[in-house]
Amino acid sequence: MKFSESWLREWVDPGVDRDTLFDQLTMAGLEVEGSEPVAPDFTGVVVGEVVDVTPHPDADKLSVCEVSDGSERWQVVCGAPNVRTGLITAFARVGAVLPEDFRIRKAKLRGVESHGMLCSAAELGLGDDHDGIIELDPALTPGADLRAALALDDVTVELNLTPNRGDCLSIRGLAREVGVLNDRAVAEPEHAAVPASIDDTFPVSLEAPAGCPRFLGRVIRGIDIRAASPLWLTEKLRRAGLRSVDAVVDVTNYLMLELGQPMHAYDFNRLSGGVVVRMAEPGEKLELLDGQEVALDAETLLITDAGGPIGIAGVMGGERSGTQPDTRDVFLECAFFSPLAVAGTARRYGLHTDASHRYERGVDFELQHRAIERATRLLLDIVGGSAGPVVEAVAPEHLPDRRQVRLRERRLHELLGVEIAAAEVDGALARLDFELVARVDGGDDGVCWTVASPTHRYDIEREADLVEEVCRIYGYNRVPARRPQTALALREVPLTRSPESRLKQLLADLGFQEAVTYSFVDPRLQDLLDPAATPLELANPMSSEQSVMRTNLLPGLVGTLRVNLSRQQERVRLFEVGLCFVPGAEGLSQRLRLGGVCCGPREAASWTRQSEPTDFFDVKGVVERLVEWTGQAGRVSYRPAGDPVLHPGQSAELLLDGEPVGRLGRLHPEIEAALEVTKAVYLFEIEGETILSRVVPQHRGISRFPSVRRDLALVVDREVPAAAIESTVRETLGPLLVDFTLFDVYQGKGIDSNEKSLAVGLTLQDASATLTEDRIARCTQDVLAALERAVGARLRSGGAPG
Amino acid sequence: MSNDLDDTLKQLVGEAKRAVGEAGDERALDDVRVRYLGKKGELTALLKSLGQLAPEDRPAAGARINAAKDELQDAIGARRQHLSREQMARALEAEQVDVTLPGRRDAGGGLHPVTQALLRMEDIFVGAGYSVVTGPEVENDYYNFEALNIPAHHPARAMHDTFYFADGTLLRTHTSPSQVHTMEREEPPIRVICPGRVYRRDSDLTHSPMFQQLEGLVIDRGISFADLKGTVIEFLQRFFEKELSVRFRPSYFPFTEPSAEVDVQCVQCLGEGCRVCSHTGWLEVMGCGVVHPNVLEMSGIDSETYSGFAFGMGIDRLAMLLYEVDDLRLFYDNDLRFLRQFN
Repeated sequence: MKFSESWLREWVDPGVDRDTLFDQLTMAGLEVEGSEPVAPDFTGVVVGEVVDVTPHPDADKLSVCEVSDGSERWQVVCGAPNVRTGLITAFARVGAVLPEDFRIRKAKLRGVESHGMLCSAAELGLGDDHDGIIELDPALTPGADLRAALALDDVTVELNLTPNRGDCLSIRGLAREVGVLNDRAVAEPEHAAVPASIDDTFPVSLEAPAGCPRFLGRVIRGIDIRAASPLWLTEKLRRAGLRSVDAVVDVTNYLMLELGQPMHAYDFNRLSGGVVVRMAEPGEKLELLDGQEVALDAETLLITDAGGPIGIAGVMGGERSGTQPDTRDVFLECAFFSPLAVAGTARRYGLHTDASHRYERGVDFELQHRAIERATRLLLDIVGGSAGPVVEAVAPEHLPDRRQVRLRERRLHELLGVEIAAAEVDGALARLDFELVARVDGGDDGVCWTVASPTHRYDIEREADLVEEVCRIYGYNRVPARRPQTALALREVPLTRSPESRLKQLLADLGFQEAVTYSFVDPRLQDLLDPAATPLELANPMSSEQSVMRTNLLPGLVGTLRVNLSRQQERVRLFEVGLCFVPGAEGLSQRLRLGGVCCGPREAASWTRQSEPTDFFDVKGVVERLVEWTGQAGRVSYRPAGDPVLHPGQSAELLLDGEPVGRLGRLHPEIEAALEVTKAVYLFEIEGETILSRVVPQHRGISRFPSVRRDLALVVDREVPAAAIESTVRETLGPLLVDFTLFDVYQGKGIDSNEKSLAVGLTLQDASATLTEDRIARCTQDVLAALERAVGARLRSGGAPG
Repeated sequence: MSNDLDDTLKQLVGEAKRAVGEAGDERALDDVRVRYLGKKGELTALLKSLGQLAPEDRPAAGARINAAKDELQDAIGARRQHLSREQMARALEAEQVDVTLPGRRDAGGGLHPVTQALLRMEDIFVGAGYSVVTGPEVENDYYNFEALNIPAHHPARAMHDTFYFADGTLLRTHTSPSQVHTMEREEPPIRVICPGRVYRRDSDLTHSPMFQQLEGLVIDRGISFADLKGTVIEFLQRFFEKELSVRFRPSYFPFTEPSAEVDVQCVQCLGEGCRVCSHTGWLEVMGCGVVHPNVLEMSGIDSETYSGFAFGMGIDRLAMLLYEVDDLRLFYDNDLRFLRQFN
């Protein structure tokens, strides 16, 4: 909402300066977002009177004028078509400085001396009009400083109003609020009824009275729509951010700004039958004033005549019935539409207008008579014509209730935490125009007020609303600050779940940088990185690159990795913890996941070592470390998995008790190529549920007896997974095996090309005895026998059990 | 005889000491020791020859020979010590490193700056007995709007430019749905904070279509606006670790009444006016209010017995102020050069 400060001050004198006024508004919940001068700086311009005009001897388009500045007369050459004797206009005398530092000097124009300049609105920065010089109110005194005469030391104020304060979308409402804040009276302009001078009327009927409980109409005949709006009117509009259109539109806009009542003027001769306010019927269409044709839905409240729709109620009029440059007779509409009837409509059609903005927040339902009379008065003054009687159609039972709300002193004190004196509450309610229905003193609740809200307030439904109003007037900043007093409960700290922050810290310590990427991603990237999924699609994305919900963390992580590689980052390690959105038969599953990506050298470049490129076992190591941290290392296993986005030979599924809970490996080289990533990308992804679970450690005794280690060099078929060897050894030895290490893997010279050699170290220890050589030998034999049975392993030749 | 012995000893010891002084390493020194003091050494031989002396001369001669042995042993010991010190000095010299060369370590990672700001907030509130509650990000209309006193067509919906899905579900525009879930699940007293990702259709220097919010909710008997003010002011002062002024402006949120916007004294200029606060001296940092009775009732809490307050702030916004980041979108660009600045 934009308005001019001086207009507000015409209605109410707050007795405070500009900065204080703005601060008051902001602190009352009507946030001043900013203000701008209504006119740029200029000096030396006065009100001038053109006392004589003669043609320029040497130029057809120029006139030689004699201009009075009140005390002296000056010869001024002027090129404006509208210059004429008797015109009161803006006169920049010699020495004046116009906007953009344009200095007025004595000059000769085609041989004729000119002592100054007559100015257009555009030349003074007062609008776009440069077709002619400005035409001022004839009542202004020549010689007066123009800035003072037009109150140009004014500012346009931009207010950021919350949706509950529709009552402040007008000068009248703001003046009321400022009056309350400063306890000053508000001076409303006169709005005497304009008696009808003709009998013409146009019938109005309300077929949807819930949406339109009141509709006032009035016929005005014989207007001159080409009559120019006076400067005072166009200036007020301009300072509120509206352009002048024609006098009729200007007047309706003016009333909307001044009183908060949207109005509409129809060309009377383009209407037929009578006005019917009703809901739209299937298939109806309407060409709007802005030229677009809309198909109307059944939820839409319409203004119609015998020829069909002529406007969407409270939103926008139709093209067919609008005023034209040749309009002579108009029909004025001044209605109350209920907020609910308009609110959804404007949004459905994407038509947010000044009218719908006000109606959906609530227009004072007692305002229509005053508004139509004031509009009539202004119209007759500007465009002439004769007014018929006001015709009102009203359905009183559908007008808003003036709801009665109770305020208890005790509750007020409890909710605010401060004791506000009853007299102060009396004053606040009265100043806010609440009608006191009852005031009962005594009892547990203290004073009990019952009030009816004023007709311009739609946001007062319950006691809490009154508590807020009283607090607002009392001053939020006068309420003391205190610490809540509540029972000192100790929080629960689950033993079997780790905080997310610990997981993140662990990853950071492992060298990963946390990323936070958008949950909505590019569908092409999503499809590339989860081809089997059908992601959830946004109905109204901001861009196609952010239009589907990720089903895993890869699009964000891989996308971020790519961006960083393109920014000369050689070594990238990123992780993210966040929800993934997986549609399924039982609806959407929103699963927390942890994901990570690595690319580039294993270690940062250093003089101490040659860094190798990252490979599968780097991510595997990270995953193992994470799993170990959860205490579930003994329950997980890894197996090759046919994951279509991963390298078939370098990827694994992570299983917990045999159930898949994650994956790791290299991105499929085809995908790397598609993404134009030239280095191998390794990644892992684990379900949040798994990685945040924590097994409570259980103490086992430490054996007092020495442990022994036996190393075995085994030869197995190439295809035998190392894990099979470990599990066979573990099964065979049971608790006797306290450590298993796989310390060498060899393929090549000395080993058949279909085979590989694995060197493993077994550490044995008994809880209750020292192991004898015999027992150790037996154990080793058992292990070898079991390995041979299970995976066909044999000892590498020359490598005796040692 | 005694003079002969003395001369011999003197000569032998002198000779031996010279040899000791010339021994360049442990091994040479040991050779000297063996030559004079070993089983077949020259001094040992002298001692063995005592038997040839008259019995009355033997003790004195023995004592003199032993003294010479001691003298030589001391010289060897001193030389050994000297050699070992020299060897140590050489080794130390050889093992010297350039201590200004960088150390050997794994490259560290770090937490996202918004996470760090969030953890700081959590720390402050959890210390006062708040629990941390999280919830789904795809929500239905009821939890995001209806249960928060924002019916369909309410103009306040325009304050939340919402992302929708075809089935009518939506991306939550605030973490308030988590508060509703909490109120439905738990009996007062309730003290929770709800951090998480939220989504609004907006993008510029200070808006991102996804951002992170932390909301708080306290419900108990006798909770008032004054309690809210105390909590919010103390939180902001703790978070920024500065005694900042805080002001409350009336505002409007359908789920609270009274509602307030909270401005904090600019953390940059401390109210003098600067670019960060658009020369107002104030920064708008959160919205808050006393929980609307409709909201309590919709979640099955008796609004006559209980009251509460709620507040909500952008974690990103506070992180921007804390770390002097001037473009919110940097947080979601995840440029490593940016992220590493917070490690």
